[in-house]
Amino acid sequence: MSTTGNTRCFPLPSSLKVVAGTETAQAAYPYYMQFAKEDDQRFWFYNSMHFPEPMSAFDVTTAEAAYCALGAANTRVHSLPTTLGIDYRIINGRVYIGGNAVTDPAEIARRTKEFQRRAFYYYEHWEELFAQWKSKMLALIREAEALPKLRLPEFEPLEHVRAGRGIASNHYLLAIYQKTLEAYFRMWHHHFEFLLLGYGAYLTFFDFCKRAFPEISEQTVARMVAGMEAEIFRPDDELRRLAKRAIELGVEGLFREGAAPADVMQFLEQSASGRKWLEELAASRDPWFNINVGDGFYHYHRCWNDDLSMPFASLPGYIANAKAGERIERPIDKLMAERQQLIHDYRELLNSDEERIAYDQMIQLAHRVFPYVEGHKFYCEHWYTNLFFNKIREFGGLLAEHGFFPNAEDIFHLTHYEVEAAIVDLMTSWSNGSPPRGPARWTPIVNERKAAIAEWAKHEAPPALGPVPDVIDDPAIVMLWGITRENLDSWLAAGEKPDSDEIKGFAASSGVVEGIARVVMSVDEIDRLRRGDILVCRVTNPSWAPVFQKIAAAVSDIGGSMSHAAIVAREYGLPAVVGTGTGTQKIKDGQLIRVDGGRGVVTVLH
Amino acid sequence: MRSNANISWFADITLADRPMVGGKGGSLGELTRAHIAVPPGFVVTTEGFERVLAELEKENPIRPRVEALSLENLRGIRLLSEELRSRVNSAPLPEDVCADIAAAHGELCGSDPGGPLAVRSSATSEDCEAASFAGAQDTYLWVKGAESVLQCVRSCWASLYSVPSISYRRKDGTPEKGVAIAVVVQKMVDARSAGVMFTRSPLTGDRSVITIESAWGLGSAVVSGEVTPDRFAIAKIGGQISLRQLSDKRMRHVPAVSGGIEHAETPEPLRREPSISDNELKALAEIGRKVERHYGRAQDIEWAIDRRGEIFLLQSRPETVWCGKDKVPVAKPSENPLMHVMNIFGGRR
Repeated sequence: MSTTGNTRCFPLPSSLKVVAGTETAQAAYPYYMQFAKEDDQRFWFYNSMHFPEPMSAFDVTTAEAAYCALGAANTRVHSLPTTLGIDYRIINGRVYIGGNAVTDPAEIARRTKEFQRRAFYYYEHWEELFAQWKSKMLALIREAEALPKLRLPEFEPLEHVRAGRGIASNHYLLAIYQKTLEAYFRMWHHHFEFLLLGYGAYLTFFDFCKRAFPEISEQTVARMVAGMEAEIFRPDDELRRLAKRAIELGVEGLFREGAAPADVMQFLEQSASGRKWLEELAASRDPWFNINVGDGFYHYHRCWNDDLSMPFASLPGYIANAKAGERIERPIDKLMAERQQLIHDYRELLNSDEERIAYDQMIQLAHRVFPYVEGHKFYCEHWYTNLFFNKIREFGGLLAEHGFFPNAEDIFHLTHYEVEAAIVDLMTSWSNGSPPRGPARWTPIVNERKAAIAEWAKHEAPPALGPVPDVIDDPAIVMLWGITRENLDSWLAAGEKPDSDEIKGFAASSGVVEGIARVVMSVDEIDRLRRGDILVCRVTNPSWAPVFQKIAAAVSDIGGSMSHAAIVAREYGLPAVVGTGTGTQKIKDGQLIRVDGGRGVVTVLH
Repeated sequence: MRSNANISWFADITLADRPMVGGKGGSLGELTRAHIAVPPGFVVTTEGFERVLAELEKENPIRPRVEALSLENLRGIRLLSEELRSRVNSAPLPEDVCADIAAAHGELCGSDPGGPLAVRSSATSEDCEAASFAGAQDTYLWVKGAESVLQCVRSCWASLYSVPSISYRRKDGTPEKGVAIAVVVQKMVDARSAGVMFTRSPLTGDRSVITIESAWGLGSAVVSGEVTPDRFAIAKIGGQISLRQLSDKRMRHVPAVSGGIEHAETPEPLRREPSISDNELKALAEIGRKVERHYGRAQDIEWAIDRRGEIFLLQSRPETVWCGKDKVPVAKPSENPLMHVMNIFGGRR
């Protein structure tokens, strides 16, 4: 990205101050994540899409692993012609990123040649490589599940001694930790193996549609491409199935709004049909409840299996819908037929057969690649990430048991380097019989960092830093973050305009609805939603799907037309406006608002 | 009454008859035959005009002198226009032409001989794909009685030599020999609302969008640009109304008691009200689609809705702005379909 002398500028990184009193907490992030003087020369933007809340010292591991893998895929594996990887920096717990564009025409030509040998091979062998990907991914998951439980017995078990194992239990703590961490970094390589190529093929079709039909909405193109059977839809499908089974088994009366899952399950245990339903639940849980209530980037976004309150909160609604005679399964055939019709109708409007053949070529490729784009999240961001965070949590439990800090969750306020140090400390202490050094060290640090995160959350992060580039020609940035020059101009303008009652975003799902806004800042608040409310949130993800059955419309701060909220809203036929940037700040809980999903506008009425 | 050399009823006309009935007449005939509602009427063919012109040419040449003008010669164009309009306006009409028009008028109006009519120029050079020649020749609205119709027919003929009309033809170098003018005579729609419709976006050329502009009263206020119309965009697929821009429609064209039209102020509560309902928009868009399919190309349409809510088309002609740009395809098929992704990855944009 190039800049010129007279371009407008976001605040420079050097002008962005660490919040007073949190300097030590800021210093905990590794040196390579800290802003430096020379970073003022470049353009950065806040990755609020993936990291909408301040990141704890451990959780930044995800940024680290993801950008290592993304960059490797772009720079070295597929050799994207015009872009290398992504640089990232952390300040006040916020993740800022910047693309590394290739601008020298000779270099682009050299990389193009490589790209066509590498990426084209992937496109040509997509199904085969994707099938292979799934088995690799499942093997990785099995490997993580198979990691031994952590044990530090007073005496080494006798059988180890008699088997002549020779290696004592303390060593395995380090081995297991390193395997856990290494495999997480590895998982992210799998995540990016296909992703950019998949988005690229989708964007190729999108770009064609935009040129052929300049006024076509993103949601229309998305509807032409989206599949219906990706794994990411399964958890919600399972809930619908369970609701139906509850009625068939005559136990539906036990599911009431606000009832604690444990209580409901206890009642179910008392009857044969209840127990039958619990068996069905167990079948659904493995693996489909390995879906977490976030996008997989925060340790505190727990999965349904770890916290059943989300799935149980949505069962009463599904049961009510089914009893009211509504078909509760997703009408896949109907949705697919609609998709086909849409593709056919736009094809007919094209100007020539020449264009139609090009259109066919592009949508065929988009359809081939899209199952990966839609499906990978379940395996990577949900299933695997849950396993990872839970294993780290187990280390947290062990360290807490030995007095390093009060709670297992506190481990997430150490960096992954510090966790390793604490483990070695514990290993040493176990081996030599001296008390560990950690208990004296970590508790105050954890408290300080927790306070810093709470403080950072109160400060708004500028959407971007540094000089505004003339053009954004980095396909990765455009694809993954939807950032264009026009966005940047509107961000700059947002800082200058007075408040208005209108909030603009992406038109994600059409229709106009008025209703009471329910501003839901975290998944814990989901049970505040009542039938007919309008959900206003930072970001939604697949595990939120069940709430869509009872809301009247959805508004999110983050997300494009292919975001989860957009896809699900279209399926439910609810108006939705996504990517408003500031919806949760401007809309107050309980206000009457109007959502115009066709125009992408939310109006605060009073 | 049957069509004859001087008069063609809409139902007897197809686009192929344009040399005799002009662009507008051809299109109204074609629409009638495609079962699209247009106000009933007939066309005074170019036959009568050609005969009058031939008489005038004998006295003093007309076509060669027009052709000799250069576009830059504004004064020459103005002087010749004045001369020719006056000569056509004062030339005697052939008797059989007069009689045929009067008879057709009688049949069209039936029991209401003073019923309001529109008398509209329909030049053979207009409404073709290359140029719309919009508004270059005269149109007379709310014309009452056979005598007035005859007057207006002659004025329409004369308007073939208006300054803008001559200028258009000189700009394109159109030979005068094929240029003649027919006149459409049709029932006037007592329009509650009227406007224009493009079967693609006038702003971006998008073929999946129908754009409708609408205002209160007769469509002449919209066509002439005297009122800022309400503006709507409707998706051809899915029918979603994606744009809804209501304007302050201060005035409207309404029929004058003595014939013709006059300007009237729009009563306050109506000014900012939508001049067309969602259902009407959808019905109109459907008609637009039908016409576009019938012609196989995007159309530029004038329409009106009468006081009973019935929709009529007043004109449909090929859209001329974007069709020229369609010749470059958005994308061509690629021998290796994968090469398309280079549009995104190749940094060629």
